Amino acid sequence: MRVRRQLEQAVAVAALGGATLLAVVVLIFILVFVLSKGLRIVTLDFLFQAPRDMGRAGGIFPALVGSIILPLAAVCIALPAGVGTAVYLAEYTAEGRLTRLIRTGTDCLAGIPSILFGLFGFIFFVTVMGMGWSLLAGALTLAIMVLPTIIRTSEEAIRSVPRSYREVSYSLGATRWETVWKVVLPSALPGIVTGVMLSVGRCVGETAAVIFTAGVALRIPMSAFDSVRTLAVHFYILAREGISMENAYGTAAVLVLAVLLVNTVSYGLMHRFIARRER
Amino acid sequence: MKWSGEHAVAAVLRVIAFSSLASLLLITIFIFKEGVPFLFSHGAAHFLLSSRWDPMAGEFGVLAMIVASLVVTFGAMVVGAPLGIAGAVFLNEFAPRWVARVLKPAIELLAGIPSVVFGFIGVMVLAPLIRNHLGGPGLSVLCASVILGVMILPTVMSISIDALASVPNSFREGALALGATRWQSVHMVVLKAARSGIVAAVVLGLGRAVGETMAVIMVAGNTVRIPISILDPVRTLTANIAIEMGHATGAHRDALFATGVVLFLIIMALNGIALGAMKRGAR
Repeated sequence: MRVRRQLEQAVAVAALGGATLLAVVVLIFILVFVLSKGLRIVTLDFLFQAPRDMGRAGGIFPALVGSIILPLAAVCIALPAGVGTAVYLAEYTAEGRLTRLIRTGTDCLAGIPSILFGLFGFIFFVTVMGMGWSLLAGALTLAIMVLPTIIRTSEEAIRSVPRSYREVSYSLGATRWETVWKVVLPSALPGIVTGVMLSVGRCVGETAAVIFTAGVALRIPMSAFDSVRTLAVHFYILAREGISMENAYGTAAVLVLAVLLVNTVSYGLMHRFIARRER
Repeated sequence: MKWSGEHAVAAVLRVIAFSSLASLLLITIFIFKEGVPFLFSHGAAHFLLSSRWDPMAGEFGVLAMIVASLVVTFGAMVVGAPLGIAGAVFLNEFAPRWVARVLKPAIELLAGIPSVVFGFIGVMVLAPLIRNHLGGPGLSVLCASVILGVMILPTVMSISIDALASVPNSFREGALALGATRWQSVHMVVLKAARSGIVAAVVLGLGRAVGETMAVIMVAGNTVRIPISILDPVRTLTANIAIEMGHATGAHRDALFATGVVLFLIIMALNGIALGAMKRGAR
């Protein structure tokens, strides 16, 4: 009886370990495959030259610029709205029907797939508002897409600021807003930055919501109303239309490295933040 | 003076706090406004129950695409959920500490790999394998299911780990004290306690799979037909929108928004299930 139970446990643990190994090996394989095929193509020229012949030759510089500008613009729009919402939920109101409504709305927004953001951005910003395929339309669409992430991480960060900080500030005669602005938000900053970095990572990897709102122009945008192409969109077009598999691999490698870099930074920040909180 | 400033800030924050709710409403209104009139004029039943999609002939039926979206999502769950949950159980309950400490962040980082990259791997590696060894065109239900399954794997695994980690240690200790082996304590006690969190993890993964677009376009083959075998190519609801949006006008364009409405309703139903499961877990 005892032997059988031990045997059963050994089999179960072996199966679970095997499944874990399989999952990790597959994910690592994807990473290694893309990087090994792609990094050979990535040179300084590839990064900093303009593409020629639709991307068949030359580099990826405009897409690289697009992948920096568009996520930054999106986050700049989403940040005040997201942090404002978080401050309101955490500092200015009690839990009730209103906060539940806002939270449910935020959760639903987080679940909407990116193609519907693309569809909405296309009809609302591009067409109704008359922005055309542009940096601005893309940034506004992505801003709505990442809003739930920023609200959640910011609220979490604000709530984790110790109560005593606020009490000291009030006892010195500060008003509520002075307390929020000078005490709570600075203490919550690492957590807020984590949310920002996660959002940037999501924007950099996004395709469906970008392609219908920011367009596909392979130029460096000169104004907010110029169309812009990101690395993810550039990669999708190169691979999907079979323009150049060689350059697609190179672009994929740059894209994956960029996203991993952004995510590593946010992961590191998050852990420093959690460690500080538990101390 | 200071007093009125405080009130102004509070008023502004109150308005800002509705930004996410307002966005959600705006998205719903605009997609429905473009799509719903078409459903009425064309006939919702015909739209939902016909699988003939021929914009040139004015034929708009999305049944094949609804079936495709459901089949591919189900396939992704079959691939992703067992691996993800098994991985979570192993890492949280059985793995040596250092293994968990290395693999958990690694898996969370991999959750950020852009979906187009997964699609690309499907085209370059998996589709040729399927074509050469199992037959068919390669780009198929099977290919899409495996690629999406792998794509949702990190999501399912990391949320399941959180669910397992939130089960109090006293549950495990109680089971062990009664003479259970560690495996018995895990599958009889811990998994039951973490069930709602794990369900939520799987449903969130499903939501991601239903909504995925670009990766699916690359690997599913995009033929509008109800699949008979898992080696058949299919076109999902999301793929239909993305492929034809660029050149659609008139009734064709409205039909694509109506496709968006169907997708929206499926996603909201899934979200409702996930939120419900999480709430039950929180209680």
